[in-house]
Amino acid sequence: MCRLFAVTSSEPLVPSTALKALDVMREGHDGSGVGLFLTDLGGRWEDYKNLPTLSGIFSDDGLRELDELMISKGFRCEDEVLIRPTFEPPVGTPKRDNYLIRAYNIPTEWEDLSQKNIGFRLLETRMKLRQQGLANEAMTVFSFWYDVMMLKETGDPLAINDYLSLDSQGISSRIIMAQGRQNTNYAINLYACHPFFIQGFSTMTNGENTAFVPIREYLMSRNFLGYTGYQSDSEVFTHILHYAQNQLCLGLPFYKHIITPLMDNELESHPNREILKLIKHSCRPLVIDGPNCIIGCLPDKTMFMVQDSKKLRPGVVGGRVGKFVFSSEECGLDVVVPERNKHLDFQPMKYDTVCVSAQREKVEKWSQWEALTLQN
Amino acid sequence: MESVGSINPSKLSPKDLLWRILWDKEKCRLCGRCTAVCPVQALDLGVQRKRVVNIALGITETPSNVYGIFHGIRQKTDLSHLCVGCGMCELVCPNRAILVVRNEEMDKARFHINEGGNPRRRGGRRNNPASLLDAIKFTRISMLTDPALDAGRHEFEVRTLLGRLIPAEDMMKITREGGYLPPVREIYPLMIGSMSLGALSPNMWEGLQMGVAYLNEEMKMPVVICSGEGGCPPKLLRSRFLRYLILQIASGYFGWDEILRALPEIKEDPCAIEIKYGQGAKPGDGGLLMWHKVNQMIAAIRGVPMGISLPSPPTHQTKYSIEEAVAKMIQSMSMAWDFRVPVYPKISGSTTTLAVLNNLVRNPYAGGLAIDGEDGGTGAAYNVSMDSMGHPIASNIRDAYLNLVKMGKQNELPLFAGGGVGKNGNLAANALALIMLGASGIQIGKYIMQAAAGCVGSETDRCNVCNLGICPKGITSQDPRLYRRLNPDDVAQRVVDIFLSFDQELKKIIAPLGRSTSLPIGMSDALGISDEAAARRLSISYVV
Repeated sequence: MCRLFAVTSSEPLVPSTALKALDVMREGHDGSGVGLFLTDLGGRWEDYKNLPTLSGIFSDDGLRELDELMISKGFRCEDEVLIRPTFEPPVGTPKRDNYLIRAYNIPTEWEDLSQKNIGFRLLETRMKLRQQGLANEAMTVFSFWYDVMMLKETGDPLAINDYLSLDSQGISSRIIMAQGRQNTNYAINLYACHPFFIQGFSTMTNGENTAFVPIREYLMSRNFLGYTGYQSDSEVFTHILHYAQNQLCLGLPFYKHIITPLMDNELESHPNREILKLIKHSCRPLVIDGPNCIIGCLPDKTMFMVQDSKKLRPGVVGGRVGKFVFSSEECGLDVVVPERNKHLDFQPMKYDTVCVSAQREKVEKWSQWEALTLQN
Repeated sequence: MESVGSINPSKLSPKDLLWRILWDKEKCRLCGRCTAVCPVQALDLGVQRKRVVNIALGITETPSNVYGIFHGIRQKTDLSHLCVGCGMCELVCPNRAILVVRNEEMDKARFHINEGGNPRRRGGRRNNPASLLDAIKFTRISMLTDPALDAGRHEFEVRTLLGRLIPAEDMMKITREGGYLPPVREIYPLMIGSMSLGALSPNMWEGLQMGVAYLNEEMKMPVVICSGEGGCPPKLLRSRFLRYLILQIASGYFGWDEILRALPEIKEDPCAIEIKYGQGAKPGDGGLLMWHKVNQMIAAIRGVPMGISLPSPPTHQTKYSIEEAVAKMIQSMSMAWDFRVPVYPKISGSTTTLAVLNNLVRNPYAGGLAIDGEDGGTGAAYNVSMDSMGHPIASNIRDAYLNLVKMGKQNELPLFAGGGVGKNGNLAANALALIMLGASGIQIGKYIMQAAAGCVGSETDRCNVCNLGICPKGITSQDPRLYRRLNPDDVAQRVVDIFLSFDQELKKIIAPLGRSTSLPIGMSDALGISDEAAARRLSISYVV
C-alpha cells in the first residue's frame, strides 16, 4: 500500500514540503520510489505559465536526441532546470545523467492553432518522445504541458530530495502531489510511478485496481493517442478523468458517478437518475471495483479526493484558508498545516467527492446523492 | 437342445447393449412397477419356463424332469426397446430388486440404430463429459496487496445489461440534443435459455415461469427466461409476468400468429425478443418438435394441426443475405413494440461467428448477440449433429469479445454465452469463467432441467428420449400421465433454490477477486488453466 500526500497553497512551496510529509507516513511506504507533480508554479517559473514545460530524465545521448527532435519540430528553449548529479546516488536510486525541466516556446506555425489543437500536438510530442525513449531507454518523459513539472525516481523520497538538491533548484509551486511508493507486484519502472499525467490532469492512487484489464481494454479501444502505457494499473484513473472531462464534457462530480456508480436501487431515488443511469450503462467498463483512494488535480488547479465504493483505503483532507492538504494519513496534515482546526478535518467516505478550488478558501464536499448540473 | 432361433446381423444380446438390467428374483415381489414405468418398454414381464432335473438317490430309479414356471422380467434386446438407462425401474422398485448397469465395453447397438436407413435421432446432449470450462481456475486472489472482499458482508450488485448500449460520447450528445436511445434491460447475468412449451411439458414450463416470477417479485433478482420457439400461452402474454420473458422467434415462426394478434392487449413489454438463427447442439438444423408431442394444446398455441412433426427450417425463409435477414428481422421485431424492446439474435457457435458479429456491430438496433456452444442441449436432433457439429463456446466467446475490444465496441453489444454451462454441476464457476472471457451473461438449459426437475440425462448417453414425448420425469412430455409426475410448485421452488445458491457461489468467486459492484466482464487476468495451448488460445494465464 502506498502513501499519498498533496497540498494546495496560496504561497508557493518547495518540493521537500511534501516529501517530509511522506516521510512521517513511512510505515505505509517502503521507500522504493517517489513521484512528484507540481503545478501552479512559483518563482521564476511564474513567467512561463503560458509555455509548455517538459519534465523528464535523459541520458547524455538522450538529451542530444531530445534537442534534435525538438529543434526539428520548431520548439525553442526558454528556460530550464538541468540537474546533473555528481555524487553517488542513495541506495535504491540508479545513477542517471540528466534530470531536466525545460520551458519551450511553441513552434511559430502553431501560434494560430486553437488551444485544443495545440494541446493535442503537445500530447503527440510527449508520446513521440516517450516512444522513442523506450527503445534505448535514453529518454523518459513525464509531462509536457503548461505550468506543470514532474519528477519520478526510484529510491527513498527524502534521500532523493537531498541527492538532487531539489529545494535549491528554484523549483516551487502552489500545488504539489507526491506519492511514496510501496513496491508490490509490479517491477519498478518509472512510468509505473504515480502521479500520472495527461493534458493537465493528474491523479495518484492508493490501492490496487482489480478491474484494471477491462478498463485498460476499454480506454485503449477509444483510439485516443494518450490512452496508452499502463505500466501501472492506476494510470487508468487519470485517463478516465480525462475521458470524462475532455471527451464527455462531464464535470468533476460525475467522475465519482462513472468510477463508482450508485447501485440500481439507490439510483431510483436520485434526482438525476435518468442521466446517471445512462452514464452507468455507457461507462460500465470504467467502473472501478477495487479498494482505491484517488487524489487528483484538474487543469483549473482544483484538487480533489474520491474513495472507492467501499471506502477501503485511508484518506483525509484538512487545512485552513490558503492552505489545504489531502493525505493518506492525519500525520501528513500535522506536518504541513499544524495550525489548522483539526475538528474540521474530513475523511471522505464512499459517496463523497471533496475538492479545493484554486481560490483555496474551503473544502467543498459533494455526496453522490446530491443533484447534479450537466454542462452544455 | 432347443433352438436359439435365427441370428441376423442386428440380433443383439444383453451384452451388446449400452445398459444391462440386473434383476434379483429373490427380492422381487412381482409388483410390476418397473415394467409399468419403463419409458421404452425394455422389460418383458412374463411367465417363464424352467426345468429342474430331479435325480433320485437310488440306483434303480431314473432321473426325471420337473417342469415349472416362474414370474419375472427379461430385458428386451430388440432395437425398438433398448434400455435407455434412465433408472426409473430402480426408482420405483420397492425392494431394490432391479439394477441398471452400464455394460463394461462399448455397446454394439450403436452400429444398428439406423434401421430403414434412418440414423439415430434423440434428445439430450453431446455425450461428452469433458469440459474445458471446468479446467479454468480463478487465480488472481486479492489478499495482501489488496483486501479481499467479504462474500457474506459486502454489498454486491450482480447485474448485467441486455440491449444496445450507446457509446458514452454519443449518449451525451443525445442527452443534450435529443435523439433515440435504444432500450436496455438490467437483468441478472444468469438467464434460463430457450426451451419451448412443447419441448417442455406444461408443468415444467409453468414451474419455470413461477420460479422466475418469484425471484423477481419476492427476491428482487431480475432473472429472465426465454420462451423458446413455441409461442406463449395467451394468459401469460396478457399478464404482467411477460416482462420476465424473452420471446423467441425462430425459423418456424411457431406461435407468432397468436403473439401478434395479442399485441393490442399486451400490457407489459416482454424483456426482449430473441431471434434464433442457430442452436449450439445442432448447428445448421432448425428446431424439431416430433409429432408425439404435438397435442391439442401445443397445436393451438403454435397455430398448427395436431399430431404432425414440426421441423423448423434450418434458416429463416426470408433470408437473402446476412445483412438483409438480420437487419430486417431486428427492424421488424423492434417496430412491433415501437422500439421499446431489445432485439437480439442467437446463433450457434461457429467459426463464422465473427462475421455475424461484425455485421451486428454495424446495425444500431441489434441489442446483443447470444452464442450457443456445442455442449448445448436439444429436445430432438440427429445424433450426428449433436455429437459432431458445433463449436466450443469458450474460444468462440473469447474471439467475439476480443474482436469487439479491437473495435472499441465491447460495451455496446453485449454477448451472451450458453452451451454446456454447468454440465458437470459447476454452474457458477463455468458461468464466471465465461463472463471473465467476455460474456455479459449466461444462458442455461440442461442445468435447469437437471437441477430444477430431476432430469436423469447425462453426458454418457443416459435416457436422452426427450424427443419421443416419453420423458419418465414428465419434463419433456406432453402426455398428462407422465407430466403429472412433475409438480410445478416443486419446480418453481427448485428454480429459486438454484438461483439463490448460484448467487452465493458467484459472490464466493468474485469477492476474493476484489469485485462486487460490477460484473467482471472480460476480467481475463483472473483466469488460469493448466493447459498451455488453451491458455494461449484464450489469452489467459498458463498455470501449473
